[in-house]
Amino acid sequence: MKLRPLALILTLLLLAALAWGALAPLAPANRDELFEIPKGTWARRMAGDQVEILPERIHLTLGANDVLLLRNLDEVPQVFGPALIMPGQSFRLPFEVASSYSFACTAHASGQLSVIVAPHPARGWETLNWRLRVWIKQLS
Amino acid sequence: MMRRLLLSLFALLLASPLLAATPRLKAGVFEPPHAAPEFSLQGSDGAELKLSRYRGKLVLLVFGFTHCTEVCPITLGTLVQARQALGKAGEAVQVVYVTVDPERDDAAQMKRYLAAYDASFIGATGQPAALAAVRASYGVVANKLATKGGYAVDHSSSVYLIDRAGKLRGMMPYGHGPKDYVHDLQLLLSL
Repeated sequence: MKLRPLALILTLLLLAALAWGALAPLAPANRDELFEIPKGTWARRMAGDQVEILPERIHLTLGANDVLLLRNLDEVPQVFGPALIMPGQSFRLPFEVASSYSFACTAHASGQLSVIVAPHPARGWETLNWRLRVWIKQLS
Repeated sequence: MMRRLLLSLFALLLASPLLAATPRLKAGVFEPPHAAPEFSLQGSDGAELKLSRYRGKLVLLVFGFTHCTEVCPITLGTLVQARQALGKAGEAVQVVYVTVDPERDDAAQMKRYLAAYDASFIGATGQPAALAAVRASYGVVANKLATKGGYAVDHSSSVYLIDRAGKLRGMMPYGHGPKDYVHDLQLLLSL
């Protein structure tokens, strides 16, 4: 019997959290989707290691994570996605239109890097879904 | 004390656009910017073409070939519109078009082809090995593909933005319109 008020409070809190997740506007402080080439990558590749850093397909969302940020922390220049990036240099590529983008990329067997940019999630289910996916990604 | 602090803050505010290494461009931005790789090729004007020839101008570096039917006509057309939209300031913008097809693109062919867009655009050709070295220094890919009528070249389609000091500032992916170029060129011209 004592559990009933507690369950009610928890349910209300859960509903409030879901409502916030669905209705609060997405305004992340940082919209960068970062990929880094760690130091020593070139040496590892020379030693025969298969080092995969950048996936062949990258999914971004307008207004949420719509900037592809590639950083080379290694000691040699690296072709990283669409650009040749010098040691210690980064390449910041913003997207403003939802679409599929294809870039020549020698780092992949297919020779292509695809960046799929989704539209800004609408308030409600789409925003909630986006937040849930981010939370799950952060937890995993 | 308070006055000095306020003056310092004011000075910092005034200086902040200058302190920013690279403004927010529509193009992809290299940070920090490095010197754009130099090259020495044959210009479509018949003279040796080095990037340093255009120090003091903004250079839009394009890789393509004159028999390209899909990407190059759109890119060059976009650059013509952007340059025209800049008006007088467009004179400080130089388009350099480096061929990925030296077999067919000699200096005369490139001059004829580029004149149809803008007579100020300059082409660059050379020995295959020299052109391959230039492509490698910019991370440009070009692959010859057999077609029914002969061959085409599948090539990287981005445009490189090089500032007046010769630094590689950005890379505009294919598909951006003249407005985005005008936006970025105005920002880079104001540096």
